[in-house]
Order: sequence, then structure tokens, then C-alpha cells
Amino acid sequence: MTISRENIEKVAVLARIQVDDDQVSALEKDLGNILDLVDQLGAADTDAVEPMAHPLDAIQRLRADEVTETNQREAFQATAPATEDGLYLVPRVIE
Amino acid sequence: MQWDIVIGLEIHVQLATQTKIFSGTSTAYGAEPNTQASAVDLAMPGTLPVPNENAFRYALMFGLAVNAEIGRRSVFERKNYFYPDLPKGYQTTQLDKPIVGPGYVDVDLANGETKRVRIHHAHLEEDAGKSLHEDYHGMTGIDLNRAGTPLIEVVTEPDMNSAEEAVAFARKLHSIVTSLGICDGDMSQGSMRFDVNISLKPKGSDTLGTRTETKNLNSFRFMEQAIAHEVERQMDILEDGGKIEQETRLYNGDRDESRSMRTKEEANDYRYFPCPDLLPIEIDDSFIEDARARLPELPDARKARFKGQYGLNDYDASLLSSDAKLASFFEEAAAHGKDAKLTANWIQGEFSARLKAEEKTVTESPISGAQLGDLVVRIADNTLSSAGAKKVFEALWTGNGDNVDAIIDAKGLKQVSDTGALEAMVDEVLAGMPDQVAQFQNEEDPKKRKKMLGGFMGPLMKASKGQGNPKLFNEILLKKLGG
Repeated sequence: MTISRENIEKVAVLARIQVDDDQVSALEKDLGNILDLVDQLGAADTDAVEPMAHPLDAIQRLRADEVTETNQREAFQATAPATEDGLYLVPRVIE
Repeated sequence: MQWDIVIGLEIHVQLATQTKIFSGTSTAYGAEPNTQASAVDLAMPGTLPVPNENAFRYALMFGLAVNAEIGRRSVFERKNYFYPDLPKGYQTTQLDKPIVGPGYVDVDLANGETKRVRIHHAHLEEDAGKSLHEDYHGMTGIDLNRAGTPLIEVVTEPDMNSAEEAVAFARKLHSIVTSLGICDGDMSQGSMRFDVNISLKPKGSDTLGTRTETKNLNSFRFMEQAIAHEVERQMDILEDGGKIEQETRLYNGDRDESRSMRTKEEANDYRYFPCPDLLPIEIDDSFIEDARARLPELPDARKARFKGQYGLNDYDASLLSSDAKLASFFEEAAAHGKDAKLTANWIQGEFSARLKAEEKTVTESPISGAQLGDLVVRIADNTLSSAGAKKVFEALWTGNGDNVDAIIDAKGLKQVSDTGALEAMVDEVLAGMPDQVAQFQNEEDPKKRKKMLGGFMGPLMKASKGQGNPKLFNEILLKKLGG
């Protein structure tokens, strides 16, 4: 199984990973190998198998709707690169 | 060419839980930025989500209210995209196994017809934070208080064929979720947000046209305008022989303009996969029955009851039953006011107009239902003229007194209904207007006579300092003038 250059570039954009041109051919080979491995799973007959949502055979517990968290803004913002007026500041984003 | 309009809606409904969907952080509105953003909401490493049972309970109540199938096994997925107000890098949402399956809502239209709009499904998900693009030294400010607030996203089938139908459905949905008490319904604070999918097809055709999605409409008025705008835009393109591009658009209500946000080619690849941090949730019979037992009276049932219990007509019953808070205000007023029809008129007239003028909600009204009811009693028993009633209303509204009878006394608004005293006033006024009396008596045309009769009312009201009962004055006048 091969993965196209184009797809590698697209995945890199989606994952916000910068991939230089000279890395692409190595990635083509590595990702191709991983896809080959995953492809072997395709040989298993899964027609009658319900897709699994979670590997543990257990049910999620729910929590009562009660406030348990207190304001820890100062502690959280102590490690943030930039804050102002209680806001976290990030590089400008406009959609 | 004639076109059919096809509209489907996606509605984000913010659930009125105390805490977030996956953490015990408060969801109270209006807190200082980031004071309601805990480690889980901030996606700190090592944290795990624990779902809020009320989010499920509310979603279930919604499902039961819209006659939907309930998803017994609910699974959460990760919808991956990068944006700074989404700290985890994915939104936890549902895709294949939503909690609410297919259902429907019946909507009353202005022409008296009822339209059934099918619900495709409704799923639970978390809201994102807020980005503030004002200038923070060229940076963007992020407030994560809203991140993790529980939402249900309701997705309809493309069953609506006009802006009017879409808005009627949206209003009905608003009425249902506020009556259920699962959403505060405050659209100005983003508690309900609408995405509208619109396509056109040649009249009668079975093939759907290419659709566009207009996102994030937060008022019924903008929704109606945005639909009209988009229908016209598509019609212009199609009639010029062009093609509609599948895209997401943003509508600017202040300018009545829209622009493309992204096309299909640019559409995000969200790479959904089941969230490994959350186990499947099983909804058992007892949880469903518990939710069912919590269902309050819904708008349709309330409307039917208002017609039966208070003798309201269809129009009044519709208007007063759709908003749960207005409905309970009416019921409180009617319990005091006895005359339900007159109470309904005052609520829809003076009261609603005043709320609207001051941009207040029913709960912010300075007048209570009981006070309005007391006022209605004094109108019905002729103590107050309509002018006097307006003065009492004004006093109650502005806080110049809180007891209707005390205000009437203090302002001397009690109508004079003593026939002896009124007759004396009529005699006096008529004696001073012999020409008009003669003119009236010589007039044959009943319309002109009626108008001339009104000419006596001014001096009579003046003579009685505005306190004479106009109905009685009228009767006495006719008697004296031989009308």
C-alpha cells in the first residue's frame, strides 16, 4: 500500500505538523509500511461483528450535577505564556 | 421559473445544567473570564472526563417531548480540529449512536395548518470557549468559561419549505425546551443557535438541489432575514444559468449581507473516532421512566388546557401557552383577575408592549401576575375606566405603589358610577349646549348621530374630572336626548 505525497501533505496540515520536502519520501515509505500492517486486519471476516466503541467491556458511570471545582485561574495562568484581563492570549486567529 | 425552497435546520441548545458535561465546573453565565475553566476543561494532561447525569436526563426529556426513539447505547466520538478556543484539539460529540433518534414536532402555522417537521436525531456534545478578537496587542484573547458546557444539537429533516415555516418550527422548539426547563432559551446569550441548510429545486422536482449552510443565527428575526437573503441569492444564480456551490456561509444581520466561510473543498476533515476516554453509556428503563416522570406540561397540552379551562380562543391560547414563563404569569394573573379573556387582552396588549419597549423578559417585569390580575378585577367591575386602568398600570410599573386599590384611592381614579350624580352632570352639560342638542335631535343618519354623541362626551368627562363612567354617560345621554 502506498500513500501519495499529496495525502502526506494533507495529513501534515490537519495535524499542524511541518513536514519539509526532504522528509516526504521517508514518510511515504514509513507510513506505507504502517498501512500495509493495518491492511492485514482486512483479511479477518468481521461481517457479523458489531463495531467496538471501547476495548473494555464496561459501562460509563455518570456523575451528579453538582459543582465540585473551584476557581484556580491564577494557578493555571501562571504557566501560560501570555494572559491579560483574565484571558489567555494566543496568536491572532480570524476565521 | 418557479422554485421549491427546501430548508433543514441544525439547532444548538445549551442545556441548563449546574455544571459542565464532563467536569464539575459551574456553568453560571457572566463569570469573570476563565474563572470557570478547570483542569478538565483546559485539557490538562492526565485529566479524564466524567459525564454529568443531568445532561443525559435533559437530552432524554427532549427526546421524549419530540416523540423520538431513545438511543439505549450512547457513544461519544472525537471530532478533531484545531482552534484555540478548543483546548483538547477535538470536540467530544456523538456521531453514529446519538442519545435521541428519529422523532417529530408538529408546528401550527399562521394559516391555520399544522406542519409536521421530522427530527433526524439529536446528540449530546460540548460547547467550545470564546475567542475575543479585539486588539490584545495583535493577539486573540481566549475565555474558556463556556468550554465544556453541555449542548444538544438537534438536526431536522429538510421538511420546511419557507422562512415562515422554519421560524415557526424554531419558535416551537424554543417553546418546548424552555417549557421542559432544560434550556433558559436566552438567545441573546447564545443559549440557542441555529444553522440553516437551504437548497432550491425546480417546482415539483424530486431531486434536491445543492445546499448551502448559513451558520450561527441567534435570533428569529435574523433567521428569517438570512433565509430570505439566501433564497434570493440562490435564485439569482440559478436563473442566470449558474451553479450553487456547496459551502458554509456567514450572515451579517446588521448589514443583511452574507459571505462564504468555506467551500466543500476546504471543508474540514474531522477524522471522527470513538473517544477512548469515555465508555459507552447505557440508558436503562428506569432512567427513561425517571425522565418521563419529570416531563412538565408541554406547549401543545397547555394550549389545549387554556382553551378549555379559560375559554380562550385558538389565537390567544397559542400566544399565551408557547412561552412557559408568560404562561405561568397569565395563570397567576387569571387566578386573581377572574376574567380570563380580559386578562389575556391586557397581557398581550399593554403588558407585552411595555416589556418590548423596555427590552425586558417576563421574569424581569416589575409587575407581578397577581397585581395585573387585581387591576383586571377593577376594570371588570367598572371601578376603573380604561384611561384610569392605564394610570394604575403605569404606577405599578414604575414602582409608585404596589397595591391596585391603594393606587386607585391615592390618585382618585375611582370611576363615578352613581347614576344620580351622573344624570345631574348630563343635565348641566346639555343645558349649556342647546344648539348641539337641537342639531342631534334633527339628525336622521345614525352614523352622524353617533359621532355627534361623542361631542358631548368631552365636556362630560371634563365635568366629572375624568371619573365618570363613560358607558353610563352614554346610556344616560341617549335617554335624555331621546336617542
